Amino acid sequence: MALLEVKNLRVEFPTRRGTLLAINDISFSIDQGEVLGVVGESGAGKSLTGAAIIGLLEPPGRIAGGEIWLEGQRIDGLDYKAMSSIRGARIGAIFQDPLTSLNPLYTIGRQLTETIIVHSGMSKKAALARTIELLAEVGIPAPDQRIDSYPHEFSGGMRQRVVIALALCANPGLIIADEPTTALDVSIQAQIIALLKHLCRNHGTAVMLITHDMGVIAETADRVAVMYAGRIAEIGPVREVIQHAQHPYTMGLMDSIPIIGHDVERLRQINGAMPRLNEIPNGCAFSPRCPRAMDRCFVDRPELMPTEQSGQAACWLFGEGNSDGGGDG
Amino acid sequence: MGVAMADALLRIEGLAKHFDVSKGWLTRMIENQPRRILKAVDGIDFEIRKGETFSLVGESGCGKSTVAKLVVGLHRPSGGRIIFDGADTAEATSRKQSAALRRRWQMIFQDPYASLNPRWRVLNIIAEPIRMFKLAKDAQEIEDRVAALLTQVGMSPADGEKFPHEFSGGQRQRISIARALSSEPEFLICDEPTSALDVSVQSQILNLMKDLQQQLGLTYLFISHNLAVVYHVSDHIGVMYLGRLCEIAPAMELFANPRHPYTRLLLDTIPDLNMSGRARQPVQGEVPNPINPPNGCAFHPRCPFANDRCRDEIPVPQVKDSGMIACHAVEEGRL
Repeated sequence: MALLEVKNLRVEFPTRRGTLLAINDISFSIDQGEVLGVVGESGAGKSLTGAAIIGLLEPPGRIAGGEIWLEGQRIDGLDYKAMSSIRGARIGAIFQDPLTSLNPLYTIGRQLTETIIVHSGMSKKAALARTIELLAEVGIPAPDQRIDSYPHEFSGGMRQRVVIALALCANPGLIIADEPTTALDVSIQAQIIALLKHLCRNHGTAVMLITHDMGVIAETADRVAVMYAGRIAEIGPVREVIQHAQHPYTMGLMDSIPIIGHDVERLRQINGAMPRLNEIPNGCAFSPRCPRAMDRCFVDRPELMPTEQSGQAACWLFGEGNSDGGGDG
Repeated sequence: MGVAMADALLRIEGLAKHFDVSKGWLTRMIENQPRRILKAVDGIDFEIRKGETFSLVGESGCGKSTVAKLVVGLHRPSGGRIIFDGADTAEATSRKQSAALRRRWQMIFQDPYASLNPRWRVLNIIAEPIRMFKLAKDAQEIEDRVAALLTQVGMSPADGEKFPHEFSGGQRQRISIARALSSEPEFLICDEPTSALDVSVQSQILNLMKDLQQQLGLTYLFISHNLAVVYHVSDHIGVMYLGRLCEIAPAMELFANPRHPYTRLLLDTIPDLNMSGRARQPVQGEVPNPINPPNGCAFHPRCPFANDRCRDEIPVPQVKDSGMIACHAVEEGRL
């Protein structure tokens, strides 16, 4: 059984000018201990997917349909109290900006011990010992002294380490990491990615890693889901998606990344931009920008279909009776 | 660099910018604290040749954006000279002289959401430099030039009637480029022009910038923290760390044969898209506080090759055939 199963999830935002569908019918699952990367451009709906799972959608955003199952328990539509016993204990979260996810008024020791006590019911003394152990594990030097420091006394990279310790402290089965390295410098980014990977492997924690950075995905994820305009365009093992992208959007995305050692005068580019939520075209949302669009693409919306590799892509190139399927384009 | 190149469009000599970040006088007296000076840029030299792209890379806080602001004149240097096309910019004291110089360079900023006035129509945003420098005779000519500029950056002349909020990030960055080009500059200072954009849009903007460089013979000073982008656009690259340049080299050479330990570190942090399974060695430590930088070479606490000399003595930039390097280990042949 998958650890997390998302079925036909829809998230909508009712506005005065009509309801915007930000996530339109997506399904995926995450296995125990697996790292699923979720990539896409801003506005593709990747962060909203994470927020919907953890029950932190900002009103007026709401889950309009579909189901979310965690270890066999349905968790969408749970009331606030039931959800807060899951949040932290069974699903941890790491957000982009470590300064906003820590309380500036409490020492980090207090924030960690409090979380441990709430979720595990340990004694104060045991929780403190566990805090020091965790801080050492995430690579904070002299943790027994640093527990009395406030978040502003740490650098960005160290703060993100504290946030990782906080996410791990109740031993959740799943961590949702939303752009965990985006606010950090490149040299620190590598440290944090290595740490996250190492810890999750040791604890057997599954991670949903949301990022716009393909490089981070390539290094960390087992599988990757590529999102476009609120839908999953392609999902599959990371090596396949990165090296042999099947969906024309993924191909364009991979080609537009400048790579050191590839000397090209011009980068390949996808013309146009992702449509706004109120202007999503009929059929496949990518069709107006797609170099291989066919008549059908402008009318029918493709669902995820198996490609010639082991992944799936939402593209009519892989539809029935299409001999033109697959290939690297 | 020691030897002045004949065809240098911009020459920077010993440029420095120090910010006074002390607390107020009374607090200093009561708490008995000294003045605190942040040396954002601490004596750097480089040259940019006509028609080439020179990039500055480094982590946040290394001073690369301060250099951009100094060059464009948004900060007054604390020391050193900025020589543009043979003329020291500090000597252009009269309004007329400095306006004549300023028309020849323009800046493109990082955030296209913040750098365009939301209350102005795109037409007026792009026309402002034309009006300001009186480059057109009448309203009709201004309109024609704006239309031509919009077409040049891949937009439609009809977009001039719209407001910035009606455009996506990539289109807004095109508008900033059109505005920068409207005074017919020779030199563009681009401070992280694509880091607020998505990758598919980033490639559009980088391609546009390259096309414009070829068509108009522009010279770019390109500031970025993204090494892959820098690799793609640059002819020469300068690597900055805590207000100083550690290495300058032609782009190809820097990536093929990085010499300074900090350059090596930076190159090692690039995620591997080829999935070769290469284990990256995450670098230890973080960038120190620039208010209180380490003695000697600022990089020595993180440097695997540091010795006693590195801890005491600031390395002097050594000019080599095609670039510069400031490192004791390289100088002594230890590296």
